[in-house]
Amino acid sequence: MERVPILKIGDILLVSIQLDMSDQTAVQLQEDLAERIVDTGCHGVIIDITALDIVDSFVGRMLSTIASISKVLDAETVVVGMRPAVAITLVELGLSLNGIRTALNVERGMELIAAAHADELDYQLDDDSDAETATP
Amino acid sequence: MTAGIDLGQPQAQSVRSDEDVVRVRQLVRAVAVASKLSLVDQTKVVTAASELARNTLVYGGGGSVEVTVVDNGRRNGVQIVFADSGPGIADLDLAMTDGYTSGGGLGLGLSGSRRLVDEFQIETSAETGTRITVTKWSR
Repeated sequence: MERVPILKIGDILLVSIQLDMSDQTAVQLQEDLAERIVDTGCHGVIIDITALDIVDSFVGRMLSTIASISKVLDAETVVVGMRPAVAITLVELGLSLNGIRTALNVERGMELIAAAHADELDYQLDDDSDAETATP
Repeated sequence: MTAGIDLGQPQAQSVRSDEDVVRVRQLVRAVAVASKLSLVDQTKVVTAASELARNTLVYGGGGSVEVTVVDNGRRNGVQIVFADSGPGIADLDLAMTDGYTSGGGLGLGLSGSRRLVDEFQIETSAETGTRITVTKWSR
């Protein structure tokens, strides 16, 4: 069985799916990613599907599951690079990709994760000083 | 790998493992490209084939897939037959409902793939298993 490589770039794990995955490979990726998130303490996961020429219900469910798992492990997942034909087909198939954030490319995905992480830090700080947020 | 496909002949692929589902996708894509389907239509028919081949494996206990280039005089298209000798589908109306699954899936395989193709026929019985024929025509 082939495995999808996971790269660490700063605070982000980058997964670029370059092969037509078998269902087993997809499940393995789910497990590998969960382990890498915990090992590295990364706060973001970017899954690049530029090279995928289809996303069927199995892969769609894998993406949703990865997003849920990483959320529980304090990491934000962004799926990037979906082809237009894939998006059209997904919608017609009836797949909603619940809970998945998407961006058009890796760069925007990184911005999204940075923003989400900054918001979270702000929120934690705000908890200590909510007196300052008085309304005029 | 897909070079040298003789499109005059039906292309057969057995479905016994995960890897075979991948092979079905690749075969259907090669035939869809050769019959000049648009990119969106190629994507739709390959996605439908992936769903149905997985059903053949998971629910039918394995089987076979046959891909043929068809021509109705005006347009050409891709026809795919998925056959298994599994237990058949007890309640077809229920199985065709969005979100219904007897396994652990999302319940979009049958209903979703029907939306992705132009023609969809299903014959199923406990004795002979399930046979699904789908066709996607070029625009």
